[in-house]
Amino acid sequence: MSGGTFVGMPAFPTAAREALGNAQLRHNLAHATGTIRAKRQRLVDEVNEVSDWEELRLAGAGVKEAALRDLGTQLELLEASLTANGATVHWANDAAEANAIVASIAKAHGVDEVVKVKSMVTQEIGLNEALEAEGIAAWETDLAELIVQLGHDLPSHILVPAIHRNRSEIRDIFLAEMGQVGRPAPDDLTDEPAVLAAAARAHLREKFLRAKVGVSGANFAIAETGTLVVVESEGNGRMCLTLPEVLVSVVGIEKVVSTFADLDPLLRLLPRSSTGERMNPYTSTWSGVTPGDGPQEVHVVLLDNGRTNALADEVGRQALRCIRCSACLNVCPVYERTGGHAYGSVYPGPIGAILNPLLKGVGGPGPEGEQVDSLPYASSLCGACFEVCPVLIDIPSVLVDLRAQVVDAHRGGVPKVEALAFKGAAVALSDSRKLAFGERFTRLGLRVARRFGAAKWTSTRDLPPAPPESFRAWWKRTDGGRS
Amino acid sequence: MRVALMVTCINDALYPGTGQAVVSLLRRLGVDVEFPESQTCCAQPMVNTGYLDEAVPVVRNFVDAFAGYDAVVTPSGSCAGCARHQHSIVARRSGDATLQSAVAETSPKVYELSEFLVDVLGVTDVGAYYPHTVAYHPTCHSLRMLGVGDRPLRLLEQVRGLTLVELEGADQCCGFGGTFAVKNADTSVAMGSDKTRRVRDTGAEVLVAGDNSCLTHLGGLLTRERAGVRTVHLAEILAATE
Ligand code: SF4
Repeated sequence: MSGGTFVGMPAFPTAAREALGNAQLRHNLAHATGTIRAKRQRLVDEVNEVSDWEELRLAGAGVKEAALRDLGTQLELLEASLTANGATVHWANDAAEANAIVASIAKAHGVDEVVKVKSMVTQEIGLNEALEAEGIAAWETDLAELIVQLGHDLPSHILVPAIHRNRSEIRDIFLAEMGQVGRPAPDDLTDEPAVLAAAARAHLREKFLRAKVGVSGANFAIAETGTLVVVESEGNGRMCLTLPEVLVSVVGIEKVVSTFADLDPLLRLLPRSSTGERMNPYTSTWSGVTPGDGPQEVHVVLLDNGRTNALADEVGRQALRCIRCSACLNVCPVYERTGGHAYGSVYPGPIGAILNPLLKGVGGPGPEGEQVDSLPYASSLCGACFEVCPVLIDIPSVLVDLRAQVVDAHRGGVPKVEALAFKGAAVALSDSRKLAFGERFTRLGLRVARRFGAAKWTSTRDLPPAPPESFRAWWKRTDGGRS
Repeated sequence: MRVALMVTCINDALYPGTGQAVVSLLRRLGVDVEFPESQTCCAQPMVNTGYLDEAVPVVRNFVDAFAGYDAVVTPSGSCAGCARHQHSIVARRSGDATLQSAVAETSPKVYELSEFLVDVLGVTDVGAYYPHTVAYHPTCHSLRMLGVGDRPLRLLEQVRGLTLVELEGADQCCGFGGTFAVKNADTSVAMGSDKTRRVRDTGAEVLVAGDNSCLTHLGGLLTRERAGVRTVHLAEILAATE
């Protein structure tokens, strides 16, 4: 069963308009993000009472930055340690390669289904759809991912993929869909969270116990010890990591950190920034194969898929520090209004607005290129994302830099109205005499705008009344108010 | 101390009253503020929309206009933010070493009005009188890019006759965001209407901020909603007397 993919989504403004019309969605989002925001803030204040949140952020950013600066070496170390631990390491340049590797491992074991730990990277590469095309069903076991999958839907938040759904919608999905793919939901299912969770548990248990192959991502990969780390809340991930005979972990190359000790700041920053908790309930680590315990065949697919492009981007490379906490989504006023689907990617919100263009490259052809190019503009540059990011990613600066890349990518062809306008403005604004001349037309301009167009502005907002004279005219006439 | 007023292109063309207020306020405080007439714009519209090449001549004009002053005061948090944080990016891209050093020279001297009053002049009581109920909206760029903190509030608290009411969710963006207001007009308006709803909830007669661009957006919504709330720039309140 497929949840569909994001490919072919319209550009942000169009997708956003549709989402903005959904009052239920806006209500769900404002409520959910507001709650997480408040919880996070309490914990940040708590850290500040005894030590310093800013110092912790610096430490987290430092650990990730150090590994990225030395990425080639760290990855070779990781490969060597993993191999020494009995794991098989694969390298994948892009989504297609990674998907083919996972499919061939599953086929080699003759299975037609795998269980999955919630993983952003496997969504990024469309693994479920690729496996489905090979006749292999991939079952999501994270509760929220399960809701998304059963609803033939797409995730809309990094941490809470079904944030756009409310309880009664979830009940309806469970009742209609669970029976199609496994153990059905009980007939007397209510929309009580505990009842819904129990139905999911019963549905999933059957799949855990049956599956021979598990698929995961990793939050961190430690080069020194060859250890992968998964951080989660429900424990379903741990079931996938320990019950199947074979475990395949797809890991973006930016997940590597140097040493075990590097986890210290990261594991303190992540749960506080993401769920607003001091500690996440489950942290699983595994280092290759342990005879007689857990999976006896462990594969690690190290994935590039645009990451080395991002790394080569002087300003944008800091986005690879991201630990996918989703704090930037939860404070983003744009995300709060539009929801995650408008971003057309598994990475929505402020981080999505920079990560997608960095991974995919700007200036691409067709509707896909247009969608990617619209993302750096999907922000008012208010800076709230930078303020909360636990690893100090200066998202607003990256957004502005990417906007410049988008503009540059389209230079040379037939200039758009906007490009012409800015060229004209540059001429007028580099010489005050030209500006003063132009200002004489301000009143006229405003009157025309009010009557004819500037429709994007005036359909919902009034324009200010035109002043009788500009400031510079006033200054000249009155000698700066002295006469 | 030679002090220049950077009035900003929006204030120049649409809100001359704000510039006039800065002039009379600073004169009252003993500062003989000058207006370098060759100034135009800080280049923020270009920079924030990605037109960095187009920003180069505008930044060049900026540093030329303000060379030789000890301080440049502007009644706009976002324009001050652009000068302090983004001019160097434009200059670096231009590859022009002279421009780079001119920017390095000028940028640190650019102050948003409340910073200049509190940090440079060392005053919070500017002798103003404004007998109205006022809600303060901290604009994002003054709040996060510049870090003006509570300076505007400290200034407003000293204004005689003024009743300051608290605005819920004050630090959330109003949705203006420069060209964002047009490129993503629907989202911009959704953000703005949530803000004006909260402004109306305060019962204030006047909404004040340190940036006329955000106030254009919010004022445009408030008048369309017939909310009966006026928007006034901080400088105009601080300049007001009995
Ligand atoms: S960019 Fe920062 S705040 Fe956003 S998800 Fe990544 S780590 Fe978290």
